[in-house]
Amino acid sequence: MQQLWLIPCLPLVGFLLLVLGHGRCSRSAARLVGVGSVAMAALVTLWVALDFYSPGAAQSYQVELWPWFSAGALEVSFGLYLDGLSLSMLFVITGVGSLIHWYASGYMWQDPDYQRFFAYMNLFVAAMLMLVLADNLVLLFLGWEGVGLCSFLLIGFWHQDPANGYAARKAFVVTRVGDTAFAIGLFLLFRELGTLDLPTIMALAPEQFVMGANRPTLIAALLLAGAVGKSAQLPLHTWLPDAMAGPTPVSALIHAATMVTAGVYLIARTHEVFLQAPDVLLVVAFIGLFTLLISGFTALNQTDIKRVLAYSTMSQIGYMFFALGVGAWNESVFHLMTHALFKALLFMTAGSIILAMHHEQDIRSMGGLRRQLPVPFWCFVIGSACLVALPPTSGFFSKEAILNASWQLPGYGPWLWAGGVLGAFITAIYSFRLLFMVFFGPQKAQPHEPKGWQFHPPLMILAALSLVAGWFVLPTGPVLPASPAGHPPTWTIVVAIAMPLLGIGIAYQVYVRHQWQGLRLAQWPQLRQFLFQGWGFDGLYQRLLLTPFTALALVNRHDIIDGVPKLLIQLSRFLHGLFSQLQNGQLRFYIATLASAAIIVLALALKVL
Amino acid sequence: MDSQYIDHAMVLAGILFCLGLVGVMVRRNLLFMMISIEVMLNAAGLAFIAAGSAWGQPEGQIMFLAVITLGAAEVAVGLGLTLLLFRHHNSVNVDQLNQLRG
Amino acid sequence: MQLLGIIISLLGGGVLALLVGRQSASASRWLSLVSLAVASVFYASLWFDTTDPQATSLWLLHMDWPWIARFGIHVLLATDGLSLVLIGLTLVLGYVALLSAWHEINHRCGLFYLNFLFTLAGVVGVFSALDLFLFFVFWEVMLVPMFLIIAIWGHEGRRYAATKFFIYTQASSLLMLAAMVGLVLLNQQQTGVWSFSWFTLTQTDTSGSLGMWLMLGFYVAFLVKLPGLPVHNWLPDAHTQAPTPGSILLAGILLKTGAYGLLRFVWPLFPDAASTFAPIAMGLGVLSVLYAAKLAFAQNDLKRLIAYTSISHMGFVSLGIFAWNHLSLQGTVMQMVGHGLSSAGLFAIAGLLQQRLHTRDLDKMGGLWGQMPKLAALSMLFAVAALGLPGLANFIGEFMVLLGVFQVAPWAASLAALGMILAPVYALIIMQKGFFGASLGTQTVGTTEVLDLNTRELLMLAVLVVGLVLLGFWPNLIFTITAAPVDYLMHLGKGG
Repeated sequence: MQQLWLIPCLPLVGFLLLVLGHGRCSRSAARLVGVGSVAMAALVTLWVALDFYSPGAAQSYQVELWPWFSAGALEVSFGLYLDGLSLSMLFVITGVGSLIHWYASGYMWQDPDYQRFFAYMNLFVAAMLMLVLADNLVLLFLGWEGVGLCSFLLIGFWHQDPANGYAARKAFVVTRVGDTAFAIGLFLLFRELGTLDLPTIMALAPEQFVMGANRPTLIAALLLAGAVGKSAQLPLHTWLPDAMAGPTPVSALIHAATMVTAGVYLIARTHEVFLQAPDVLLVVAFIGLFTLLISGFTALNQTDIKRVLAYSTMSQIGYMFFALGVGAWNESVFHLMTHALFKALLFMTAGSIILAMHHEQDIRSMGGLRRQLPVPFWCFVIGSACLVALPPTSGFFSKEAILNASWQLPGYGPWLWAGGVLGAFITAIYSFRLLFMVFFGPQKAQPHEPKGWQFHPPLMILAALSLVAGWFVLPTGPVLPASPAGHPPTWTIVVAIAMPLLGIGIAYQVYVRHQWQGLRLAQWPQLRQFLFQGWGFDGLYQRLLLTPFTALALVNRHDIIDGVPKLLIQLSRFLHGLFSQLQNGQLRFYIATLASAAIIVLALALKVL
Repeated sequence: MDSQYIDHAMVLAGILFCLGLVGVMVRRNLLFMMISIEVMLNAAGLAFIAAGSAWGQPEGQIMFLAVITLGAAEVAVGLGLTLLLFRHHNSVNVDQLNQLRG
Repeated sequence: MQLLGIIISLLGGGVLALLVGRQSASASRWLSLVSLAVASVFYASLWFDTTDPQATSLWLLHMDWPWIARFGIHVLLATDGLSLVLIGLTLVLGYVALLSAWHEINHRCGLFYLNFLFTLAGVVGVFSALDLFLFFVFWEVMLVPMFLIIAIWGHEGRRYAATKFFIYTQASSLLMLAAMVGLVLLNQQQTGVWSFSWFTLTQTDTSGSLGMWLMLGFYVAFLVKLPGLPVHNWLPDAHTQAPTPGSILLAGILLKTGAYGLLRFVWPLFPDAASTFAPIAMGLGVLSVLYAAKLAFAQNDLKRLIAYTSISHMGFVSLGIFAWNHLSLQGTVMQMVGHGLSSAGLFAIAGLLQQRLHTRDLDKMGGLWGQMPKLAALSMLFAVAALGLPGLANFIGEFMVLLGVFQVAPWAASLAALGMILAPVYALIIMQKGFFGASLGTQTVGTTEVLDLNTRELLMLAVLVVGLVLLGFWPNLIFTITAAPVDYLMHLGKGG
């Protein structure tokens, strides 16, 4: 496992090569470096995994590359930590990442800034790998902020349009709200435990904290706020739909497969802290539930293909949070992995469709594409099947496990379960609405499908993986607590399988056969508008935070405190004016004052004497 | 000299001084102002002389010589300045010569 | 003696630059470069002596000559790790400012380089003088040339800005002088000995209300210099109007003298008063962080915006110093260095843009990424350094300051952490308005083609980038040097 440092290093080297060679190397050289570095990182991951799985190998591996900073009691190393959880993340990041890079090398080929694109992408992968490999929370924070920066750069990649820049800044600032809470959580954690080293925290947390006490609850809540920001959960979710302004491979890599799941990783990574704060875990579950329902309802009625997928991503990450909250730790990470596969597949397929439709993203102008675009069609079918958790796709295994675990949670369990099943029902409707509207019905435009070795093979590989990933076993077992044993009643499983099918049926009736039109939201324009805008969160934040802040900033643009020196200037000007009245240049006036002053002085002197 | 004469001399000097002062204050013509200043200087000189003779001290007369010298110097410089001013401004009215006001 | 070498080579270089500047402007430039290089050689030797593992003392005494013996005033120069780091920063930024002046300063070159090198010499003196009177002399030596740099080579509103700068700093240093004399008198009453030496005066008993007043005298002088709320108003004007090298010196180094003063004088000399006053000072620090960040967001003038970000960052310094624990103080030093590098970078970029576009108005820029990719990429780097991205020096500083402050004042740290949310708001505005968006038409840029960086400019910015990244990943370079001096200061600052 000594090669571990190579994994984040390779994409970083790729980034540096691309930046330093800017304008000096050809497109194919950029492609070779950009894709090659990530692919090599994937190979090294496999190599490391072979070591990890070899019999007798340690369950965790920690290496300090160099001492990062130390002052007083604080010792932070620049060190890597590998265990089952980070290895699972490595698989996702390097595996899915290299497929997306492969695809992107074709998707972005026409772009004048090809090299810059791959530089950002490589930097992103390097930062994401640092995030999951960090052996302490500060280094994790480095990766955390690094991916945020790359997300900013890539959302605003086509910077000529100010709207993209706005979306990018929104993403950065909104996630930064969470990051700040995360940072405060780190300060508190350091104050309580005196260390930020992850393995040490995991060992100390159960000993030092009293379960349910204020301290662990506060720490867990602050970490949760960080996770919520990064993973686009309520109430910090508003940036993700706008983040779709970036190129589609970016949406696939950052805003579906990897970065947005960092919050899930963080909570899983610090699970010992969260276990000491059962209240916060319940909040995690409810945040997940509300996010998955709200974004599901919003997705029902979006018209932009990428925004539907964005809301669907939020909803699926909602499931992961939900799973964490109900104690299904392994299942959550498992869902993270399967979701990364099928959502990357869906996004890349959507990218192919968008290219084929000449950058048209509105699903109302698509339709009947299944004959012209057979490969994307089948890939999309597979992706959607996974998304709605049809057996025996990978999505079925992961979501089923989550729902089962939620049923068993004492107290709120059945309620949470019911919410999760409702979410699955809605998921089915909106995914198949999307599928039907894009691929069925009358054809509205002539697509020109991009073909070549960069387009179909990655899609097919991902499709195959999405189908079979349900049988994979992630090495997270020894790291994370096991989910509650026992089986829920059989009828719950039947319902959980039946609801998605029902949803697909409804979508079929409404969008293919055009019956049951009474169900369409078009009848309630106000409700439709409300849902379309994502339940008015954007408007709320606009009115509550942005407008007052901007107004305050503009009112006080010239700094009210600057009035103090200005006032002093006015005062001295005034006094100057007053006293310079005496300097009137009248010689006789001077003499008169002189004489009268002399008389007064004389008089006073006489009086004193 | 008797002490009563010194009172008279002092009163005279005071009157002369005040006349000079009033002259300086009310006259607008620079020439007349200088004449008034001469009057004031001579009033001071008179006071010195009177006091010196009253106490039988020579300093009074010494001071008077100094006053005369001062007056001569003042007239020399002052008249020169007045001439120059007249050439520049074509006037010796001090109320018009007020460019030094603040 | 290396320290004397540094100061003399800077002062001598300045005088020579003035003399040859009459004949040839470029000779005065090269001469300044040579004198900086000579100073750097002395500095390298100083570095090895200070970091020598066999060294027995914290201090490297350079000189202790009697000056005005009757009042116990000495020429007392000594350096410890803290001074070493800050003098190093001074020299590095000296190079950067010199490179930025290379083509920007075109008239009265000799006089400019005289002022430039004298400022540097004054700063080096401030960082190493341990006789309070000598400190005050150097404090003035660094102000006057800076005033001239703003007043002669500044932009359109230079007179107002220079006067404001001068009055603020001069009035506040008068307070410091008064407090200094008061402290010396107090010490004379207690011990019967006249002394201006820092080593002696730190032994003075300054508890009681007199100590508080004296402390406030020093505090206000340094707060003005820092600058912190509510006496920050000179800075936006001075920065905006100063020529680029002036802005770099101001932001990069001169502000640090205020922080250095708080560290070196306020706490060690007045431990009791400072700890009593700490909550208020920390409150002002938090206010500075947030208020200046909000102001930065609203500015159109690029240099003014950067100036307000400086105030915001210096708020962290003020916060860290008054938390007075090892973590926060180490963080403060790193924040000072990091801010020195990143703000110098931002001001250099503002200067480069002004040279090319003849405007500092962000609303008139836009889409520059297409025309100047290198400049844009480097601006991005400095902007993210300013917003505290991990992996760059500023993050280490901010993080450790907040971590340290949190140990003693969780609320102050949490409030100041809100600055982390505001920082990207203003930092990304620079990128958005300046470099993103549609490309500029030629009518805005003028007829001259906008050019990307040339080698000299690239070199100038590369120095800063290397520093930021190196310290971002290897901050122990500094922490190992400053650990012992910081501990010593803390020991003094704990008081009786």
